[in-house]
Formats: sequence, structure tokens, C-alpha cells
Amino acid sequence: MKIPMSWLADYVQLPEDLTEDAIEKAFVSVGFEVESIERTGADLTGPLVVAKVLTIEELEGHKKPIRYVSLDCGEGETRFVICGARNFEVNDLVVAALPGAVLPGNFAISARETYGRTSNGMICSAKELGMGDDHSGIIVLPPSVASVGQDAVELLLINDLVVDVAINPDRGYALSLRGIAREFAIALRLPFSDPARSNFLTDLPSSPGKGVAPVIDAKDGADRIIIRTLESVDATAPTPLWMRRRIEKCGMRSISIAVDITNYVMLELGQALHAFDADFIDGKIHVQRAGSTKTFITLDGQERTLQAENLMIADDKKLLALAGTMGGRESEVTDATKRIALEAAHFDALAIAKNSRAHKLSSEASRRFERGVDPAIAEIASQRATALLIEYAGASYADVQSDETSQLSEITRSITFNPAAISRLVGYDYSEAQILESLTLIGGSVVKHTASEWTFEVPSWRHDLWNTSDVTEEVARIQGFEIIEARLPLGKSAATLTPQQLRKRSVGLLLANLGLSEVYNYPFVSEEMVKVLGFVGPRAASFRLANPISEESPLLRTHLLPGLLTSTQRNISRGAKDVAIFEIGSVFRNVSELQSAGSVATGVRPSDSEISRIYGSVPDQPLFVSGVLAGGLDRAGWWGAGRAVDWSDAIALAVRIIESTGNVGEVVQSDLAPWHPGRCAEIRICEKAVAHAGELHPRVLEELGLPPRTIAFAVILSALPFNDVTPAPRVWSMPAATQDIALIVDASTPAREVQSALQAGAGELLESISLFDTYSDAVSIGEGKISLAFTMTFRAPDRTLTAAEVSEYRERAAASALKQCGAIPRT
Amino acid sequence: MAAITDEMNSIVETAIAAITGAGNLDELREVKSAHVGDKSPVARANQSLGKMEAAERAEAGKVIGKARGQINEAFAARQGELERERDERVLIEERVDVTLPARRSLPGGLHPLTILTNEISDLFIGMGYRVAEGPELEAEWLNFDSLNIPADHPARTMQDTFFIEPLDSHLVLRTHTSPVQMRTMLNEEPPIYIICPGRTYRSDELDATHTPVFSQVEGLVIDKGITMADLKGTLDHFARSIFGPNVKTRLRSSFFPFTEPSAEVDFFFNGRWVEWGGCGMVNPKVLETAGIDPEVYSGFAFGMGLERTLMVRHGITDMHDIVEGDIRFSQSFGVGSR
Repeated sequence: MKIPMSWLADYVQLPEDLTEDAIEKAFVSVGFEVESIERTGADLTGPLVVAKVLTIEELEGHKKPIRYVSLDCGEGETRFVICGARNFEVNDLVVAALPGAVLPGNFAISARETYGRTSNGMICSAKELGMGDDHSGIIVLPPSVASVGQDAVELLLINDLVVDVAINPDRGYALSLRGIAREFAIALRLPFSDPARSNFLTDLPSSPGKGVAPVIDAKDGADRIIIRTLESVDATAPTPLWMRRRIEKCGMRSISIAVDITNYVMLELGQALHAFDADFIDGKIHVQRAGSTKTFITLDGQERTLQAENLMIADDKKLLALAGTMGGRESEVTDATKRIALEAAHFDALAIAKNSRAHKLSSEASRRFERGVDPAIAEIASQRATALLIEYAGASYADVQSDETSQLSEITRSITFNPAAISRLVGYDYSEAQILESLTLIGGSVVKHTASEWTFEVPSWRHDLWNTSDVTEEVARIQGFEIIEARLPLGKSAATLTPQQLRKRSVGLLLANLGLSEVYNYPFVSEEMVKVLGFVGPRAASFRLANPISEESPLLRTHLLPGLLTSTQRNISRGAKDVAIFEIGSVFRNVSELQSAGSVATGVRPSDSEISRIYGSVPDQPLFVSGVLAGGLDRAGWWGAGRAVDWSDAIALAVRIIESTGNVGEVVQSDLAPWHPGRCAEIRICEKAVAHAGELHPRVLEELGLPPRTIAFAVILSALPFNDVTPAPRVWSMPAATQDIALIVDASTPAREVQSALQAGAGELLESISLFDTYSDAVSIGEGKISLAFTMTFRAPDRTLTAAEVSEYRERAAASALKQCGAIPRT
Repeated sequence: MAAITDEMNSIVETAIAAITGAGNLDELREVKSAHVGDKSPVARANQSLGKMEAAERAEAGKVIGKARGQINEAFAARQGELERERDERVLIEERVDVTLPARRSLPGGLHPLTILTNEISDLFIGMGYRVAEGPELEAEWLNFDSLNIPADHPARTMQDTFFIEPLDSHLVLRTHTSPVQMRTMLNEEPPIYIICPGRTYRSDELDATHTPVFSQVEGLVIDKGITMADLKGTLDHFARSIFGPNVKTRLRSSFFPFTEPSAEVDFFFNGRWVEWGGCGMVNPKVLETAGIDPEVYSGFAFGMGLERTLMVRHGITDMHDIVEGDIRFSQSFGVGSR
């Protein structure tokens, strides 16, 4: 809320030397964040004077209409200026900036030649003077408020400090000068005079019982409504300049005297009011639900589709307003209005929040009602506005009628608390005087029954205070957090990362150390991407956002690849040649039947079955690690050429990740999209797929504009088992014997199977086996055949192996490969 | 006898002169064959021993053996000298420019959010906290209702929430990591000391300072006798660990439905107060919903945005750099630099 300090000064006697810094500190100390402090008029220097329009000469032949105007600026001689605005007439009072003046934006005014004439100054609009965004024309002053030659800087109350203060949702009362001035006074311990007085209206109604009467039909929608009827209103009367300026400084617009008065009182006291044209009302004013009425046009001209439970103001025949939110176009006060029905109601906060939410309509009124308005202020604000209408719109006070569902005295609340509990929760030993001071300053009163039992009468505007914790916050806030001494508590038991957390961390480090860069992608995916990647089954079972940031990407990721591929594209488009990135994150698959937990009460612990229903309503979200590599992982340099990544790098990375978790995966041929159908490995643990890796499908790469041979891997981190302690191997020290063997098999035989067969046949003394070469040549090896060459290392624990022994193991291995894979030794 | 002694002396003298004169190992090899080889004067003198009288032979043999020893010694010394020279020359010749780039593989890097998360987790583990995690797609009840944010409460509009279709699934992308706190309180008995880092979501457009997908770290302590003094001390320690030993913090009264009293925590960094996060004493209503007796236990909670923390600490001026996945960003942080 924007607070002009000149207005706040009406209720708090401000020290002369109050700096902007001190103002900010004061608001912050009581818990109000200062968004900005604007020194209005700081960028404006005069002379700026009130001038009377003497003559207007219309200049023809220019692109837009131009006036050559003569002004009486009270200088004894006539001044001539050029003006592009047209909203003024001869004898009007306007505001003129004279040569030497500087307007906001460092716009210096000087005598100048323009449109073939000499312009000796400028007639100003509100916007040009930095007084708001009203640029509809130049300022025309009512003759009663100004005189020719008067200093307009002073007249227009331009110089001020406007503090924009953020108001938290629990502090609705602070959305008023009354509320915020009290807080400011508390912060600096200055006396505060409450603008909410009960004697605004001294007149008595002239025609009791003849005005509009209200009735609350929706008992849960409002607890009080007061209608004051005013007659012989001059709706065209000008708004007094001081009122208009205060409204503008608070960031609102001056509209008409009746609307301005309701807005002014709202800003002053926090009570949103509404002025209806009373002649438009049939019968009584009702607070009711919309019911079967389907549409309603609000005063912003929008047709609103109503929901039956919307809280409305109506008369006997029709709807008049969206209660507490916005008036209707039909019943608004116009220049022709003669009678006004002034509504002051205390609506239910939740009802107005729902109105506002349902129609995406946040108004000055709804912002206040949904945060809670002082129920005691409705009558006072109604009187205040009535008095102002009498004074400034020539109205006469005809009648007041009201309806309420409960008396104010019933709403009054008190909290019984133990003052020691406050010190206990804060960890500071407050004196009784400090607690008393805090609670009195905020407007409440305290009764001490015993040393440990006090009662706090809660001020009517503090609907946020209910219990000892709330009282504690007030005391802590008013006495200041800085007096609390810091103490460092430590947990009571030993803590470590969980195995899963350790695993996540070590996998990230592994990949980063291998040359991959970690990224965090948004989990939002487009349908197009799902299609391009060829996702089917669980990976096509996406959750859909009801309100995505971009309509193009409404799906939650079922896999990390969409985000990684997008990031790869971005890196390449920015000129990167070698891209190696990975992400560790959750994916969301809509694959299980989920039951919403339904409504579960709060304030008591839910039953075990309710808790398990709540947990069960949330889908499992497996943790993946996935990476994409394009270009080379080994770079070219002075040492020679680099090495481009290929399908095997992806598999190696996936295998290393799995091995780093103490697991061993089985690599099998696969053809999962979006991988290349012939270059995709599935890695299994205990028959369960835990990873896929290989080269991406050429068509996918082409559609995404990625380099050919780009590779990718994906490992389900949360599916990797946690194993028992690893048994240590015995490391034998006798000499090893190696044997090479080359075998010719069908090219379709997986090398891993051949190796397994060799292993199975080679016997217990085989220490290691590795494939060191593959060779295929139709002539020497045979069509459709491949030669696989392995090195086998044998070692015995207790002796040096003889050549004959080793040779025999080799023969046994070869026999096993022949039997299992049809492998023929290559000679 | 003197004759052979003189002869040998002369032979040794000549040989040593030749050995010393050999300028390299090849020359030395030739010198060796000339002066100790089969046809060398020493060898010939040795052969002449056969023609001598026995008495004379023994004496002459000694003289010749001594001469041979002297030549061999000189030869070995010279060989060692020349080998050392050669080795030194090779080492000089093999000198390389060690400032040539040495890294042949791509430099990888952890995202700074990971580095910061690890740093914070380790800090709190050292203080006896556990790291608690929970799902990002979360039950509305855990994200809002249970934390004293009822439906239609204005506080819900403070956090523009991503909802999942259909709305009656009551699933949201969590707007904070607080549901992890509620899960922990529902699952465990106090004392509870946890830190909850994780990804969170609010439907803000991406700009220089906002991102719809961001990271938070929240802390929760529930124990007997926990006060705001404990909260203050914990935040001070946290801030000093992250931003430096001289960093000051301040609490500012604020509003959060799940804490009462509530405060914002700011820290003073590079000459200005910077908003860091929210905190407060856990609202008794929240404790009651979790089945924890507020008469017995009290607790505090705090929460910070990790992106904001990073931006301030590392001078990151545009959120785009954090979220766009440009490898140059993560690479610059390596695997563990702060």
C-alpha cells in the first residue's frame, strides 16, 4: 500500500528530522517491508503557477490540432504558450510551467519558437508533473480552489514522501492509513491519534424510514450491513484538491465526488464502501447468493458468468454488485445521480476471497475484505463518508437502516495466556511491563488475573490474533527481535547421509569427473517432444498440468531425455562443438491407479488409514540419472585428433554408474526408442531393466537438429539395489600365464555370450578374460561370421602353472565356446 | 725389471692420455679396443710373459696386471663421465613446454546448485541434522492444508501453484519443501532435526530474477524447549558458513501460516541488507495436525531459496544462467569449488 507521509502525519506527530532511512527502518522494525520510498516533486522545480486562460487561437495546417493560448499568470502582462491539449476553455484555471522550470524527466522549460509562434511556457498535465498517469489532458482547476498566480507546487501538494509498504495477508488492517499509521507510531513510540472517531456525523436523518433498507439473506456471507440514504446529491461537484491528491498519491484515480469519497474513506479507515444510485434500487438491498442468475455485468463493463455460490448485493428484483468485489455497471453513480444509497458492510473474508478467485478479479475492496476488515469500522466509515458527501457533494442525509447477524459485543474476543509462556517460546525473559506495553500499543487491553493468567482483549481489527503464539509474535515484534540472544542447538543423535543420498552425490561427482557437466532442466515437456522421441507405454503416460507456464509444454517429464536434448540443442546453437551433459532428477509417470485422499481434517493428527491414503494419493517418482553426449569427450589438440563419442561410450558410462554403486549389470541388445534400434543396450540387474544406453535414433537426431551419432544413457538410480558388504578377493602372488584365443562365430552372436562360454569352460584358475580384437572379412573368415579374440589370464594360488596345464584349460574353454556358441578356433 | 716397469708406465701413460682424450662414448670404445684389446700393448706385454723365466714372470705379471688395472680404472671413470654427459644432454634435449594444455578430455562440472546443496547438507549433518527428502509431485493436503493454509486462504494465492489435471486428483507440484517437514513429523517422533533441500515450483514466468522451477532448503527442529533464540543462533551460523564469518543477520516480523511468530531473515552483504528467506516458530496448529503436543514440544523452521543464495554469493546477475543448462556455466564451478 502506498502511504503519503503527509497524510500519515495527520495521525502521528512526525519528528522534523525524519529521514527516508529512518522511515524505512521504522516500518521494517514492526514487520512491514518497504518496497520503495518516492520523494514526489524532487525532480520538479518551479516556477509553476496557476494561470487563467484569456484567449485561445486554433492553429491550422499542422498534423494535430494546436492551440496558441494567452494566459494571465498574475505577472501583470499576458503570456503566450503553445498547447496540444483541447480539454480547456477560456476563463479556465490551468497550471503553467514558466521558463526556468524543470519538470520530471529533466525537462527544462524555456521560451522557444514552435509552430511559427513563440511559446513562453507550458500548460501542464498531471502526468507531466509526475502526479500520476492521467494524460487525458491538462489539469483544469476548479475556480474555487485556486487563484491566478498562486504557486501550483504548493497548491497541488506535489512535494511529499510516498512510502510503498508490503502488507502481509494476515494484516488486513494495515491496508489503511489508520492501520499503518498506528504501526508507524508504535515503531517510533510516538503518540497516535486514531482517525476512527464516532462523531463524524452530527446531523440526524431527515426522513427516517424513507431510505433503502438492507437485509442479510446469506447469513454466512456478512454479519452487518448499513445503508445510509442521501438525497439532493450534486454528483458533478468537484472533488476537493487535497482529497484528490491523497487518492492519487495512494495510486488510485480520481473518478467523481461520490466514488472519490468512498475510496478516500476506504484508504483512511480500511472499510470498502459502495455508493449505489438509490433511484435504481427496487425495494430492499439484499446480501445473497447469486443462485440461478447466470450473468452479471460489473462496472468495468465485463460480463461475468456467475456461480450459484457467488456472494452478491441485490435488490428485490435484480443483482446490483458482486459483493465486496466490484459494483455493477447499471447501478453505479453517474453525473445524473440525485440519490445515493451508501453501503457499508462487513463481509465474510472467505466469501469475498472466493468471489475474487472465481472471477479472477482482485479489487481494492476484495483485497481488504479477504484479508479481514475491522467489523467495528463499518458504522464509523459510513458516517465519515456521509459527512463528506454532505460537505462536498451538497447531499442531505435522509435515512440510515441496517441489518446484522450478531452484535459487535459478541464478536469481541479475548485470549487468556500465561506471560511466562511468551518468554519461554521466544527465549527472552520479558518483563511484565514489556508485555503490557506491546499489547497496549497495538490497541488492545490486558487484565492481569494472577501472575500466570492474563487476559488480552483483542482489538476488533486484529482478526489474526487467537492464541498464545499470536500474542507472542506481537510482543516479540514490538520489543524487537534484536534483543533476543542467539543460541545454537544441536541434534541429539548422530546423522549421516542415507545410502541413497550418498549414491546420488557420488554418481554426480563421477560423471563430472569424467567430463560431463551437470544441468537442471525444467520438467515441462511438449506433446510434440513425446512424439518425436517415440515414447510409448509408461513413458507416454504423462501427468498434465492444469495451468502450465506455456500451453506448448503442459506435460510433466516421464524421462530426463526431453530436457537434456533441449539443453544439448541450446548448447550447440550457442556454438559448442563438444557437449556432454547429465542430469539427476525425478520423473513422473502416470502409471498407477491413484485415489485422491479426499478431505482430511487439520488440527488433529489424521488416522493411520488417512495418512496412508494421503501417501497413496501421490505417485511414485523414480530418480533417474541421464546424459547426452555429442561431439568428442576426448578433444583434439597439440597431441593430435580428438575422438568422437560413439555408442559404446554411452554404455560404458551407464556401466560405470552401475558399478560405482556396487552392482553388476548384464548388458543385452535392445531397441528402445529414442535410441538407434541396432545400437541400444539394455542393462539388467536380476532380470530387471535398470538402464538404457547407446546411440540415438538418426531420425530423432535429425528432427531435433542434433549432430549425427549423438549418444545418450539413462539409469534408474532408485532401482539399483543396495548390496551387502563386498567379500574381499584373495590376491595370489604366484606367476600368471596368459593364453590368447581367437574364435569365429556367427556375427549375430553376442560377444558377451562367447566370453561367458569361455569363462565357464576355462575352469577355476581363470583370473581374468578380456576381448581385445574383433575381425570380420568375408574371404578369410566367412560370410556373416566374425572373429573374436580374447586374452585369458590364469593363475594358481600355490604354484607356477605349467605350459601343458594352461594349454589344457585353453582347450576346455574353446570346447565350451564351441558347444554353447558354435565357435570355431581361428588358426 | 726396471725395463718392463718403465715400458708399462709409458703404456699406461699413453692409454690414459687416449682415454681422457676420447670426446664421446664411440671414441672411447675405439680407444678401449686399442689400449686393452687383444692387440693392445698391454695384451702384447702379457703374451711376452710366456717367454720369461719363472722368477721374472711373477714380478713382471704383477707390473702388467697393475698397468691393466690402471687403464681399466681410467677407462671406467671416463665412461661414467661420458655417460653422465650424454644423459644430461638427453634430459636437456627432451625438455618440453609444460604449459601446453594438458587436459585432453572435456572438463566436467557439477551444477552450483548441487555444490551448494551438498555444502549446506554437510553443514547441518555436522550439527546433528538429517537430510530429508520427499516427492516433488505432492498431495495438496501436505503442501497446503496440513501447513495451516486452508483452501481459499489468501496465503494460497501468495504461491501460484501448478495444479495437476484432473483437479480432483489434488496433486500439485510442491510450492515449497515444507511438505517434507510434515511427512517427517507424521512419520517420526521428536526430537526432529532435519534439513530439506529440493526442487520447488511456482508459476512465475522465467526472468532475470524469477524461475518457475527453483530450489529451496528448509530446516526444521522440533524438541523440548526450542526457542526463537535457537532459531536465531542457527540462522547466524548458517549465514556465516555460507556468506563468510562476518556476515550479520536480522529478523523482520512477517507472516507465514505455518509459523507463529514468523519472520523474514535478511543478511548484510556487500553493504546492503539482502532478503534471504522466511522463518519462525512452528505454529501449534501445525504441530497438532502432526500429532505433536505443543505443550511438550516446540520447534522452529526456516526456508531459503538456493538460487537466490547462489546469485548473491557468486554475483550471478541473471537467472537464465542457472536454468538454461549451458555447459560453460557448470564447467566453471568444476566439481567442488564454492
